[in-house]
Amino acid sequence: MATAGKAVVAQQQTNLPFAYRQYSAAELKEALRKMYLIRRFEEGAEDAYMRGLIHGTMHLSIGQEASAVGICMPLSEDDQITSTHRGHGHCIAKGADVKRMFAEFFGKTTGYCKGRGGSMHIADVAKGNLGANGIVAGGIPIAVGAALSAKKLRTGKVVVSFFGDGANNEGAFHEALNMASIWSLPVVFVCENNGYGMSTSIERSTAVRSVADRAAAYGMPGVVVDGNNFSAVAEASQAALARARRGEGPTLIESKTYRYRGHSKSDRNRYRTKEEIEDWMTNRDPIALFEAELVELGIIDQAGIEAVREAVRKEIVEGIEFAKESPMPDMADRERYVYTEAA
Amino acid sequence: MDASVRELSYAQAIQEAMALAMEADERVFLMGEDIGVYGGAFQVTGDLVERFGPDRVMDTPISELGGAGIAVGAAMTGLLPIFEFQFSDFATLAMEQIVNQAAKMRYMLGGEVSVPVVMRFPAGSGTGAAAQHSQSLEAWLGHVPGLKVIQPATPYDAKGMLLAAIADPDPVMIFEHKLLYKMKGPVPEGHYTVPIGKAEVRREGRDLTIVATSIMVHKALEAAAALQGEGIDVEVVDLRTVRPMDKATIIASVKKTSRLLCVYEAVKTLGIGAEVSAMVAESEAFDYLDAPIGRLGGAETPIPYNPELEKATVPQVPDILAAARDLVKGRS
Repeated sequence: MATAGKAVVAQQQTNLPFAYRQYSAAELKEALRKMYLIRRFEEGAEDAYMRGLIHGTMHLSIGQEASAVGICMPLSEDDQITSTHRGHGHCIAKGADVKRMFAEFFGKTTGYCKGRGGSMHIADVAKGNLGANGIVAGGIPIAVGAALSAKKLRTGKVVVSFFGDGANNEGAFHEALNMASIWSLPVVFVCENNGYGMSTSIERSTAVRSVADRAAAYGMPGVVVDGNNFSAVAEASQAALARARRGEGPTLIESKTYRYRGHSKSDRNRYRTKEEIEDWMTNRDPIALFEAELVELGIIDQAGIEAVREAVRKEIVEGIEFAKESPMPDMADRERYVYTEAA
Repeated sequence: MDASVRELSYAQAIQEAMALAMEADERVFLMGEDIGVYGGAFQVTGDLVERFGPDRVMDTPISELGGAGIAVGAAMTGLLPIFEFQFSDFATLAMEQIVNQAAKMRYMLGGEVSVPVVMRFPAGSGTGAAAQHSQSLEAWLGHVPGLKVIQPATPYDAKGMLLAAIADPDPVMIFEHKLLYKMKGPVPEGHYTVPIGKAEVRREGRDLTIVATSIMVHKALEAAAALQGEGIDVEVVDLRTVRPMDKATIIASVKKTSRLLCVYEAVKTLGIGAEVSAMVAESEAFDYLDAPIGRLGGAETPIPYNPELEKATVPQVPDILAAARDLVKGRS
């Protein structure tokens, strides 16, 4: 529901998509900015990796930006998320500062995890991001536990658990969805189905046509949404959040999307065709689609788009500089954070 | 005996600790399989559901991985869950959440969260439940930085260490030997804690140190009483905590007695005895040793069904007597 008195772009009775009936022009421009920020952040991280400034590996979500931003759009700052190994977008969408994200990737003490977690464990607890997770489906039961806290402590929070299509064949997914449903917990399960669990396609890995079909087994609504359509994703998220806040329990949203890059830095892309990748990039890019809609509706013009892009570019450059200049961890601190230090 | 000290069973002592903690802090709650009206497979939760209701004594489906993960998530976000595994063997179903999530979350997130979860594991052999319901897996979890692993051996310690575990900001794994549940002992009323990470000298002696865990503490004490009649004066150290291990108490004892025997029920190889032995060998106590270090542990087999085979699979009092005599025989 629109905030009372807020100047949404269009009135309820129009047949424009949800986002334009729900959000103000400023909010929509901010959503676009976040989508740019995610893409430029990941391109910046990839570039830094290629230049040897970042070690290890990383899993990029380029192409999936509308899913992260759309799902997080109706969340309050107090609402919480759990994320995945492909979690940079979720982190930014939930409000993280890219400076501290870059610093984490550079292994610096100013990073969100003080250099202990890196890309795969990026978190921003203050903004409600309980962390990415290196274990496929590992964050799903944790999200349900956070939702149990919200219910028992009556905080009013809703927890969103992001995971990929690969996670839907892990036992943790099934156990967690079942318990969330029998206890009517305020949690939203978001499967970002990008078509492949590493190299194995959803068709080869999953017995049902849609991951959302699995919701029926756990007595909750299963919703399929075009994950590259910002408004459609935000609408599905809003409905699932409202249901959770009413105490009616969880929803499973399947956000169908696509990752342009390989699974990780070792991927040779031998399990899909160039044509398939190019088709998604050319015809279904979530940022291009959103931008075109905003222009068409007169919410932003080309100069406005350029201004957003330029601001994001600057933010990325500053973020990388901040990371470079930040201090490395003190080797004497290597056992810190294993256990809680006595106060 | 002090009026406030009663004889309680080990299971009653644990139940009392949970009840006290739930009365004192509404963030504390229990999760597990059949812990509600059934009272738990070993009647440890008993009638707590009648006192605290099903929201705080939560029956879970048979979903150890998901259940443990929910406990971890709840602990990260403001609650103080106590998660009961029906048998410690079922930790194998939840190792992902215990080892990858509970143990590492604080570290991976640079200290931004803590995971104050308690997990309880009914463990050990002697019930005729065979290979999948009788294991002693405490060393598995003891190998993981970020966890604390305890094995109280008496009702007094069971209550005090559980209350310490609930107050601890980090994940604490409690291994409770099933044969101890009915053992009675003095337990004070009210709240008290027994510190995690401190071993206890159960019996002082001059000739041999036995470091024992859980039920083996009682077998070692029985052996020590018999050996007294043979002129062998045994000191029995109850390890109590697997991680973090109380090195100082063990080293001080070995320096006094010059002999060390480790007695534990888990499979001998790569177990707690190996860690205690190596720790002593690396310490200043090494120069005090007058005999090789001895270890008595479980056989290199699964736990069998046949009761005589089952007994023969884990150390018994005669085994401890023989090992102790062997270690002490050449003394000057």
